[in-house]
Amino acid sequence: MRFTSHRDFARAFERALRRAGVPIAFSQGFTPHPKISYASAAPTGVASEAEYLEIGLREPVDPEQLRAALDAALSPGLDVLDAVVADGGSLADRIEASHWRIELPAVEPAALERAVAAFTAADEVLVERMTKQGRRTFDARAAVMSIDVIRSAETPSGASGVSCAILELVVRQVTPSVRPDDVLSGLRVVADLEPPVSPRVNRLAQGTLTAQGAIVDPLDADRDGASIGEH
Amino acid sequence: MSAPSTTPRPAAANSGDGSSSARLSPRRDLEPSIWPQLEPLLPQVTKPIQYVGGELGAVVKDWDAATVRWALMYPDAYEVGLPNQGVQILYEVLNELPDVLAERTYAVWPDLEKLMRAHGVPQFTVDAHRSVRDFDVFGVSFSTELGYTNLLTAIDLAGIPMLAADRTDADPVIVAGGHAAFNPEPIADFVDAAVLGDGEEAVLEITTIVREWKAEGSPGGRDELLLRLARTESVYVPRFYDVDYLPDGRIQRVVPNRPDVPFRVHKRTTMDLDAWPYPKKPLVPLAETVHERYAVEIFRGCTRGCRFCQAGMITRPVRERSITTVGQMVQQGLEFSGFHEVGLLSLSSADHSEIGDMCSGLAQQYEGTNVSLSLPSTRVDAFNIDLAQELSRNGRRTGLTFAPEGGSERIRKVINKMVSKEDLIRTVVTAYTNGWRQVKLYFMCGLPTETDSDVLEIADMAHEVIRAGRAATGSKDIRCTVSIGGFVPKPHTPFQWASMARPEVIDGRLKLLKQAINADRSLGRAIGFRYHDGEPSLIEGLLSRGDRRVGAVIRKVWENGGRFDGWSEHFSYRRWVEAADEVLPTFGVDLDWYTTRERDELEVLPWDHLDSGLDKDWLWQDWQDSLSEYEQDDCRWTPCFDCGVCPSMDTEIQIGPTGRKLLPLTPVNGLKVPTGAQQ
Repeated sequence: MRFTSHRDFARAFERALRRAGVPIAFSQGFTPHPKISYASAAPTGVASEAEYLEIGLREPVDPEQLRAALDAALSPGLDVLDAVVADGGSLADRIEASHWRIELPAVEPAALERAVAAFTAADEVLVERMTKQGRRTFDARAAVMSIDVIRSAETPSGASGVSCAILELVVRQVTPSVRPDDVLSGLRVVADLEPPVSPRVNRLAQGTLTAQGAIVDPLDADRDGASIGEH
Repeated sequence: MSAPSTTPRPAAANSGDGSSSARLSPRRDLEPSIWPQLEPLLPQVTKPIQYVGGELGAVVKDWDAATVRWALMYPDAYEVGLPNQGVQILYEVLNELPDVLAERTYAVWPDLEKLMRAHGVPQFTVDAHRSVRDFDVFGVSFSTELGYTNLLTAIDLAGIPMLAADRTDADPVIVAGGHAAFNPEPIADFVDAAVLGDGEEAVLEITTIVREWKAEGSPGGRDELLLRLARTESVYVPRFYDVDYLPDGRIQRVVPNRPDVPFRVHKRTTMDLDAWPYPKKPLVPLAETVHERYAVEIFRGCTRGCRFCQAGMITRPVRERSITTVGQMVQQGLEFSGFHEVGLLSLSSADHSEIGDMCSGLAQQYEGTNVSLSLPSTRVDAFNIDLAQELSRNGRRTGLTFAPEGGSERIRKVINKMVSKEDLIRTVVTAYTNGWRQVKLYFMCGLPTETDSDVLEIADMAHEVIRAGRAATGSKDIRCTVSIGGFVPKPHTPFQWASMARPEVIDGRLKLLKQAINADRSLGRAIGFRYHDGEPSLIEGLLSRGDRRVGAVIRKVWENGGRFDGWSEHFSYRRWVEAADEVLPTFGVDLDWYTTRERDELEVLPWDHLDSGLDKDWLWQDWQDSLSEYEQDDCRWTPCFDCGVCPSMDTEIQIGPTGRKLLPLTPVNGLKVPTGAQQ
């Protein structure tokens, strides 16, 4: 599922709306589009356990029934975990940061720790990425709230006995967005860390930041309130 | 959405069927799924989602519980191959059997091919990511000959010996199907067998033979299995036939080289399409593909008799699916898939005896639901505009395409496309006055007996369409697009004897046509012009009418890097010409001999031992009629013209009207909450 692009997902989601019989509202105009707005989609190639979107409906439905119907209509691996009635206010505004987990097969944890230390010590780490506007250079350091090497006894998914370093990151939503691959580019810039195998990235959470730097479920604000957000 | 980093995959042990000696391969100790090896490569390739599987409608079965295992391939990119109806139907038919497992595989793009070679990852199925070599049968469906190089890539990546003769009991039996299988001689060295005609029942018969042979302990190994398949008289096993050549390069004869196999192999015909309402559970991919719609075949076969059309010739007789079955399939297909477009497919959809009721009934049922309907293949007459009006009731206007195929009245008589210029202009003008702003006109270039003036008449026709359209609508805001395809003579058609025009001739005519269209600047501005140049058509011509000697050319091209020949950005004319120049002279023939040479009546054609039901004498007579510009009617409305199919195949035309109407469907409203999930 992590290889699903955002466009692929959007198409699958629209089909699921039809299969599930969701009374979706359509935009006006010559080619009506269903009212769906996606918040901060994960990049292609990255897994996620925390994606959010909003849909507009023609009539009220029970959020739990909506969740169950959509979940059943989506392919396995695309799971709808929660749906709440939105109380107004933009969902996108509540997405302030993302929590990422990056598995780096065949990277020594000690080497990763050295690279992370260099990264943390820097005030600014300039990285390059191709964007739709062409090659851009930007700072990958400032948006990173925390970056930790995880020492864990558990075997990482899919790896078969080779050493594997794990990184956990909390990154603020900024423009241009700083993505996990930008942070990895940063580690290459500061410490020549070059993962020999493609890293496996997973978004664990996204949402509102507290003063302490913790991420709060963006749907919390709606839990007692009224429209649909879902996940 | 939430997605675990790896789609859970069943841990199917790949220990084979153990008891059966034919599957004892040293590769048994491999991982059952190659996913762990494939996954790290995917971030490095374009559109990795196409290799992941997990489509809605996909089936993953327990490997060990299956006795007969099929890998099905459409030898093109996933985005083209996934929507293919043939593969989807066979996939579903096979997987409905409890002891049979079918998975799908598609051509991998060169970026992934390179990585797979570097990391030793074999050709895999997208369903459970198993190595293709581990299956019993590897079925490949060819709609076009341009997929041949992709077949070689798949065989090679799978670790299967390239030549059928070198394969062992550890390798799957490679079976070709689809329209190109009506002349499989160019790939005879690479496939073990070919099936002609409809696949639904053929795959079941092959499955039964494989199942019995395995249950008996695989007596006689691979050779015995192939012999049993050949004895059905509807599975062609090339190795059991020898081809002898005359000193001048023509074929002297094709004869069986062992007793017990038939002199001729006959095509399969599935009668009663209502008994085979597939696909019931269409595959709905996450990745974007060329057709995003629920497609239902409303009839199979065509007797319009267009002389260039192989599909129309080899799929006779006409067998309609009833209006009630179509209605039910559409309802279930949409409910299952969530598609919002329905395609009513056939070779000439407006010819269904109840097409009017079908279109108005469906349009009525889906009014106000955002579901759109389309009729992809239609002919030129005003009736079509009525149908199109019905179909656009929901607001969406799909484009209208008409196919006069030939520019002049004379050439349309040669190809038996009975449309007059007046009809065409009247039809297109009706479309404009009914609100369509754009129509597409499709023609062919390079047809037998064609001259420059036949092609230049296309420009006159397009000019008149625009002139008449402007007069009728009082508006300058109307357009037409002229789209030109290259003619390729195909086996089992009256044009199987015809000579092809050289690419320079085609390109020259297209250039003249373009000038003629733009000679009037006001009209020219309203006319779009799309065409393919002549070179790919010539190679398609080599492959479609080739014999076994052409196999060496295909192999050479593949070794020199030929892949995805149906894609203009990958196709290299030079690579094909160089390979042909290198290989064919050793047999005393050349590229022109296969393409631009006209055959005479008595020449043994490479596919003469393969029986499409068409009587060769009738085909020759129709070719002669063509040259004297004599037209042939349709046997659905006029008496039988003795093409030979019905008597030799023991089949008959199955058409309506049934007089029945679409069953009223109860509209399903509200959320479809799965049982058990309700609060």
